[in-house]
Amino acid sequence: MAEYEQIDFDVIVIGAGGAGLRAAIEAKQRGLRAAIVCKSLLGKAHTVMAEGGAAAAMGNVWSEDNWMVHFRDTIRGGKMLGNWRMAQLHAQESPDRIHELEAWGALFDRTNDGRIHQRDFGGHRYARLAHVGDRTGLELIRTLQQRAVALDIDVFMETKILRLLKNSSGEISGAVGYQRPTGKILVFTGKAFVMATGGIGRSWKYSTNSWESTGDGHALALWAGADLIDMECMQFHPTGMVWPLSVRGLLVTEGVRGDGGVLRNSEGKRFMFDYIPQVFAAETADNEAEADRWYDDHINNRRPPELLPRDEVARSINAEVKAGRGGPHGGVYLDIATRRSADFIKRQLPSMYHQFKELAGVDITAEPMEVGPTCHYIMGGIRVDADTAASTIPGLFAAGEVAGGLHGANRLGGNSLSDLLVFGRRAGMGASDYAEGRTSSTAVDRAEIDSVVAEATAPLTREVGENPYDLQRDLQDTMQSLVGIIRTESELVQALDVINSLKERVKNVAVNGGPSYNPGWNLATDLPAMLSVCTMVTKGAIERKESRGGHTRDDFPAADAALGKINFVQRVNDAGEVVVAPEPLPEMPDELKALLEEGAH
Amino acid sequence: MAKVVMRIWRGDSEGGEFQDFPTEVSEGEVVLDVVHRIQAEAAPDLACRWNCKAGKCGSCSAEINGLPHLMCMTRMDTLPTEEPVVIAPMKTFPIIRDLVTDVSFNYEMARRLPPFAPKAPGPDGTYRMQQIDVERGQEFRKCIECFMCQDICHVIRDHEENKEHYAGPRLFIRYMELESHPLDTNDRRELLRQEMGLGYCNITKCCTEVCPEHIKITDNAIIPLKERVVDASYDPIAWLGRKILRRTKKSPEEAANYRRDPQVAGSAK
Repeated sequence: MAEYEQIDFDVIVIGAGGAGLRAAIEAKQRGLRAAIVCKSLLGKAHTVMAEGGAAAAMGNVWSEDNWMVHFRDTIRGGKMLGNWRMAQLHAQESPDRIHELEAWGALFDRTNDGRIHQRDFGGHRYARLAHVGDRTGLELIRTLQQRAVALDIDVFMETKILRLLKNSSGEISGAVGYQRPTGKILVFTGKAFVMATGGIGRSWKYSTNSWESTGDGHALALWAGADLIDMECMQFHPTGMVWPLSVRGLLVTEGVRGDGGVLRNSEGKRFMFDYIPQVFAAETADNEAEADRWYDDHINNRRPPELLPRDEVARSINAEVKAGRGGPHGGVYLDIATRRSADFIKRQLPSMYHQFKELAGVDITAEPMEVGPTCHYIMGGIRVDADTAASTIPGLFAAGEVAGGLHGANRLGGNSLSDLLVFGRRAGMGASDYAEGRTSSTAVDRAEIDSVVAEATAPLTREVGENPYDLQRDLQDTMQSLVGIIRTESELVQALDVINSLKERVKNVAVNGGPSYNPGWNLATDLPAMLSVCTMVTKGAIERKESRGGHTRDDFPAADAALGKINFVQRVNDAGEVVVAPEPLPEMPDELKALLEEGAH
Repeated sequence: MAKVVMRIWRGDSEGGEFQDFPTEVSEGEVVLDVVHRIQAEAAPDLACRWNCKAGKCGSCSAEINGLPHLMCMTRMDTLPTEEPVVIAPMKTFPIIRDLVTDVSFNYEMARRLPPFAPKAPGPDGTYRMQQIDVERGQEFRKCIECFMCQDICHVIRDHEENKEHYAGPRLFIRYMELESHPLDTNDRRELLRQEMGLGYCNITKCCTEVCPEHIKITDNAIIPLKERVVDASYDPIAWLGRKILRRTKKSPEEAANYRRDPQVAGSAK
């Protein structure tokens, strides 16, 4: 039998990015015993890498902005697949969440009259992103981290959760995991659990995501019996670094384009004018002169096509490179050097300046950057109730990237940081309400813990077997080439075969060394989640026989109106297999539908 | 491709030794790329921390050829390859395994810092601040908590016994950030002087030199803090000013317990 330490709290949050921290803060402020469990050190979660800003219709730069325009932009940007109630709450509550950060010590960039400055971003009608230069994620996570410290919230750092545990009546009541520094097994019991584990991008070869983004929360929820939605909807960020190879995939903020940068092909042409889709034609400039005037006058000019939603821009770059008009390393050129002064660039985009200078030897104030699409974000995730962030299993809540619904088929830049704040808080509230009302036992099954621990530690006991790094590389190659930005049925089916064969190979992983801070073993325990999540993405992608947002099918290049009213829901059946079921989207109320019309604002 | 030997420290709190890994380096690679390749091909259990691989999270700090660096931002082509590239864990913190150290000292010092205590917002419920007034604090908030300034600081690098009463450069910039924050109301100067060891720093600027964010730790934080602490203690004009303005300097205990935010006060233990 496994030896373990048992730890009990009221609300246990898994993940210490923006959503997890905000959820724990809410629970603690309510007077509950709240704890955070996270895979890295506190303050290192993926939120720290967010650059551009947090979208909130405060109207500080353009007084015409309000929550209704933000709602419209979010739903249309998500290609009508988003959950209307989540989009409404998000648009309405983001300004308060940003102001709250100031009361906790955040220092955003200012307008001339001393309010929070807001920058332009793709798909947002008005300049809407509260920011600090191009390191907004750092400001957000540090502010929340310092607030959590001030509230004396318990944090279990560098702890990986392996499985959620239920009580005898099926409520989530525990989680079993291990501390990475020691390998010691911990069992957390609690009245409510919040999943805030972020994304899944580690399973692609070229990705903006870190080693942590293995989809633990998606997989833990799936295994526990929760519903997930829209798992086929992955976002490929249009602008990742492409050279040198060692940094391929690294994020180049959309703020470069928001602040005046443009995309050019190898012929020097601003090619985005050739890719304006009908649905955005009325609000997108069709000539360079108008596009350039827009930066100073949003009212009388239409937005530059470089600021179309990310799915459009990523596909366009892909098409230009395929047509032979790319740069020497398979990207296109992102040029801000000829458009803005060196001073302006260094002030607004200091971390981009630094990143290109140090890693690529490119001075972005003097020459263009070469960029291309990179795996960035999953719109899909755990199916939640918009108001309470409750999942479909009792006792489990979810917020942030691991939750699905808000962003539909494509997320607008800047909507992620505000998502974390709005729904992190709501998940904290939902979990606190649940914990306060819960009277049932939180006892968990000892035998189940033993079996989870035995499975997780098996790689340490095998003398010979598969190298976990080989499996990870094979998975990344497969997802990159077969389940990437442009998909087709035969390749997706082939990917599923590879994933299934990897599921067999993972049963035979062997690692040397012991349980104390052993990255090989840590990876071995991440692989089951990665494989489950990749299964869901691929199965969803096979089912959605159309192109919509981040999901593009070569064999079904057009959007299908009927599928636009469907979420593909995934769950495990009694045999433990992932099944996909189409279910209708929640019906949007008429007064919100009216907001989507062109000219409604 | 250049051939190079990576000489990496392997071991735990019980002891250890350097181990050589001959490898080849491709164009543009950074130290962390090479460490990852060694993990994937030769030593899957080689322990190191990393997250963003872009100089934004501050996880992959190590001592490369004797000086603290972020492994993700140190290009291999900036290092001499005739000799082995020596990679060791940060010396100031206890070793967990290989390149991973126990940095909990920094988190403990952060917990001992009296938190931000804002004044009341304006009539519309929000705060107005000018860009020029937030910029000083923004410099310090660039900190990615790589803890290399703490690692290089000789006050604690060679004197474990000082850790109990020395916050270190990372926390000094945090104190200065709050000291210059347009909204903060607490006065932590006596706490800094008496309990956080500000006087131990003799401004050798080692911390500034290793900061990957190029924060002027010594010039913009530690020296101004020292001046303000001295002002608070000894300056007769400041003393007179306090008398006239009825502004009293808080004792360390008062600063530590000072809360303007009722939500924080309500949950304080």
